[in-house]
Amino acid sequence: MAERTQKQKPTTTGRTDEEVVDAPASTATGEKLKAELDDLLDEIDDVLETNAEDFVKSYVQKGGQ
Amino acid sequence: MAIPKVCGIETEYGIMVRGADNNPVTASSLLINSYLAAHTRQRVSRIGWDFEDERPGNDARGFSLDDALAPEIETHLVNAVLTNGARYYVDHAHPEISTPECRDALEVVAFDRAAEEIVRLSMTAARQMLPDGAEILCHKNNSDGKGNSYGCHENYLLSRDTPFGRIVAQITPHFVTRQVVVGAGKVGCELPGASADDVPFQISQRADFFEEEVGLETTLKRPIVNTRDEPHCDASKYRRLHVIVGDANMSEVATFVKVGATSIVLAMIEDDVMGDDLVLANPVGAIRAVSHDPTMQRTLMLKSGRRATALEIQWSILERARKYERSHGLESVGDDVGADVLRRWEAILTGLERDPDSVADVVDWVAKRRVVEGFADRHGLRPGDARLKALDLQYHDMRAEKCLATKVGLQTIVAAHTVASAITEPPTTTRAYFRGRCLQKWPLDIVAANWDSLVFDVGRDPLRRVPMMEPLRGTAEHVASLIDDSDTAAELLARLGA
Repeated sequence: MAERTQKQKPTTTGRTDEEVVDAPASTATGEKLKAELDDLLDEIDDVLETNAEDFVKSYVQKGGQ
Repeated sequence: MAIPKVCGIETEYGIMVRGADNNPVTASSLLINSYLAAHTRQRVSRIGWDFEDERPGNDARGFSLDDALAPEIETHLVNAVLTNGARYYVDHAHPEISTPECRDALEVVAFDRAAEEIVRLSMTAARQMLPDGAEILCHKNNSDGKGNSYGCHENYLLSRDTPFGRIVAQITPHFVTRQVVVGAGKVGCELPGASADDVPFQISQRADFFEEEVGLETTLKRPIVNTRDEPHCDASKYRRLHVIVGDANMSEVATFVKVGATSIVLAMIEDDVMGDDLVLANPVGAIRAVSHDPTMQRTLMLKSGRRATALEIQWSILERARKYERSHGLESVGDDVGADVLRRWEAILTGLERDPDSVADVVDWVAKRRVVEGFADRHGLRPGDARLKALDLQYHDMRAEKCLATKVGLQTIVAAHTVASAITEPPTTTRAYFRGRCLQKWPLDIVAANWDSLVFDVGRDPLRRVPMMEPLRGTAEHVASLIDDSDTAAELLARLGA
């Protein structure tokens, strides 16, 4: 199709290596979050509404803006 | 040059009553009146909202529907002005808090967080007014999962000189694609006929509810760009862009980047450096396509014929913002705040591209999805299971002990004492300072307030209206000593020459 151009990789203009290194999205953060997620899932059974089905069913809102 | 991007957020909270009559309008009034009685010097909402200058039916495209829309304004409902300069009121069937006018995105985060705390204090105060065991629950979300939606709106100050057609064309690609950065995430889909298997999880709370590219509506056939032309200040100089297309965020960083990045894009549009090459062929289809694809791989058709993913379009907008920072500076959004916004926006895009889970501490939809998918895996749950929807709702639960967003390790950027102060103290940087300080000092002498005026009743004389048509006048720098030095409201009015 004429109108369809090749899918482009994100351009890298203006993004220097240095800035990428600065980005806080590191693997270490990811692993820390993974361990925290396991702990959180342990906790969720206590925190989750006791009768989730009823809670979800009764959660009805009037439309707003 | 772009004018200062004065900004704010209005959030309608979900509300339900457990253990007593579940009427959302009554409950919203009770919630707000309980707060006013317990935490302010106003006994109830004695200081009324002044609707004199409200024109929600004015359309930026040049006509007015005010007569048609008049019933939407329900003046008998609770409507209070707080000493932090915010408005706390019942809108439709929801409690709503509008932050005061802020000078930058970081202030907006502080006052949006303060609004959450005000809702929490209200829920606690309301318990005293309800039968034993009954409680009001509030959620900072945007849909009930059953096709009913309510908004989290942003507001930005623009120059009247900026052509509205240019704003519509050039902001739409950002509104359609920013979801990947600031979407709050949703379990399931609310489009008629879509099943949980079709869309088990999507990026945005609100995308299912947008049916038009541009228009005046806010409650049905919602448009991506809202045309309400009601600047609440000098209309010959300013516009207020009323943005209805965002999600309510639990992540402070998400709120920061949502307001900060949009402020920068609007400044670029004002300075006419944005360009039209990112205009989408079908924005309404695209906003849903982006939301329904958490893999972020789907490409969107641009009017130019090119295809690009939402992430690619976000990168392209960010690159323009970087270039704009170098050529024009970021004074209109605050230099330091603007630089921080660009840094965090870029870090999120980098993380989303490489390993989305790595930004689960700042991006709401990623944080929510990890919990929902982790829980489903652990318990072998299928899409559509009520427990997964319960997790979604509880992510936004305003009860501190039940709120999942406070447990998933989200970064915070505003200190607790700053939030605590923002519950009662106005920003010092806008006219909200004048409004807030006057309400603190002379609550019994003010009979009405709205965004652009205060009405005083000091006894002998007729009521005195003090207009505040300039959002950046009435700051601490302008009026702090004037207010400090006045013992009475009458003295203040004399000094103002009002």
